[in-house]
Amino acid sequence: MTDRRTAAVQRDGLGTPPPARPRKWPRVWITLGLTMALVVGAAWLITRPATLSLAAQAELGAMTGDPVAGEQVFWAAGCAACHAADGAQGAARLILSGGQRFTSPFGTFVAPNISMHPTQGIGGWTQAQFVTALRMGTSPDGRHYYPAFPYAAYRLAAPQDLVDLWAYWQGLPVSDQPSLPHDLGFPFTIRRAVGVWKWRHLRDDFVQSGDLNPDQARGRYLVEALAHCGECHTPRGALGGLDTTRWLAGAPNPSGTGTIPALTPDRLTWSTADIAAYLSDGFTPDFDSAGGSMVAVIANMAQLPETDRQAIAAYLKTVPPATDRPQP
Amino acid sequence: MSLRRPLIALSALAGLTLTTTAAFAQDIPPAVKARQGQFQIMALNIGVLGNMARGNTAYDAAQATAAAANLVAIASLDQGFHWPEGTDNMSIDGTRAEPAIWDNLPDVIAKWQAFGAAATGLSAEAGNGLDALRAALGPVGGSCSACHDAYRAPE
Repeated sequence: MTDRRTAAVQRDGLGTPPPARPRKWPRVWITLGLTMALVVGAAWLITRPATLSLAAQAELGAMTGDPVAGEQVFWAAGCAACHAADGAQGAARLILSGGQRFTSPFGTFVAPNISMHPTQGIGGWTQAQFVTALRMGTSPDGRHYYPAFPYAAYRLAAPQDLVDLWAYWQGLPVSDQPSLPHDLGFPFTIRRAVGVWKWRHLRDDFVQSGDLNPDQARGRYLVEALAHCGECHTPRGALGGLDTTRWLAGAPNPSGTGTIPALTPDRLTWSTADIAAYLSDGFTPDFDSAGGSMVAVIANMAQLPETDRQAIAAYLKTVPPATDRPQP
Repeated sequence: MSLRRPLIALSALAGLTLTTTAAFAQDIPPAVKARQGQFQIMALNIGVLGNMARGNTAYDAAQATAAAANLVAIASLDQGFHWPEGTDNMSIDGTRAEPAIWDNLPDVIAKWQAFGAAATGLSAEAGNGLDALRAALGPVGGSCSACHDAYRAPE
């Protein structure tokens, strides 16, 4: 048997074996090593993309989707506003081929194809994968979606609504247009790091936690969960998470110049009837017309029942005033 | 003295900047004022029709017809003098006109003509009852939005 030590002995020709001293790690290294392992372990846990529990999957599997109800969810959730082609009008808004570009401080996000195409779109997904994407922001291959996809709002949606939405989705047209990659700067290219964002910013409660009547509560559900109004109308912190202490208090335009107006009752002083009418015909009380991203939003909101637009207006009147809170 | 001179120069510069900024804000070119006035006339007349459509005011066939005719009249104005180069919101204060207007003039003109077509359709229907008015007002609002979506910056 020739181990390394005897080989060394033979080479240097000295014949005295080195003293066999037991190697002992200094305590500081052990502590440091354990701490590192703990930090890495915690980071691994925190940044792990979440998926639906088996119980939640079983619960979903027991539900039946209603495509007619799903169409209402589709318009309320505003899927077409970002995922239809840029400038699409009328029936073309049902072709969710993607391609619209959204600039942000982190880079440019490109909306992907989420049409029913089996490979370029999401036609090959299961219902559970669809709900996982919307509620967890996790893709079928187990990766984080960037929060430009507003799953932070959609996770508050009722599971039955998402099942209905998927049932409606089955009848949507197919586009074979390939999805384009996002154009982001380092370190935002590290998808795993989105887990930290999720850990800090995903909520399971509504921001407006006061006592609401059924109409206001319906409005809260539409504004905070499906229509994700806060994504543009609430200012963001350094990490790009919504600053819920300034809920709907207005914010800089995420894509371009100017500001997105506040929706709080001290700033948006229109009557509930005026707000509901604006969401239907696109005219302000002075009969100026909506512009920018609100054009697509109103095209969606106009598809909802009048009671829903009234509910949104009723909810907005319950939001705490922006003036009571620190300004951006 | 040698210390003071840069200070004076600096305060003079600051004063200059202040006056130019103030002059800048007031100095909206006549063409910009003209086009903003034309949009205000549009809003006023759409308001007459929109308030009827929303049920805020009683339907009046004669007033509706007059308001729709005003919209057709504005649509017929040649826009060539209202949009000189260098009057976008990157070049001057006091406008929300995006520079993209000047990069896409054929599209902008097409959208203005779409407004004209919608206004003509409205003027044919405005006197024919509230339901006819409501139906014909939708495309006019759509033509406003189509242009504002692409070419008007948020406030």
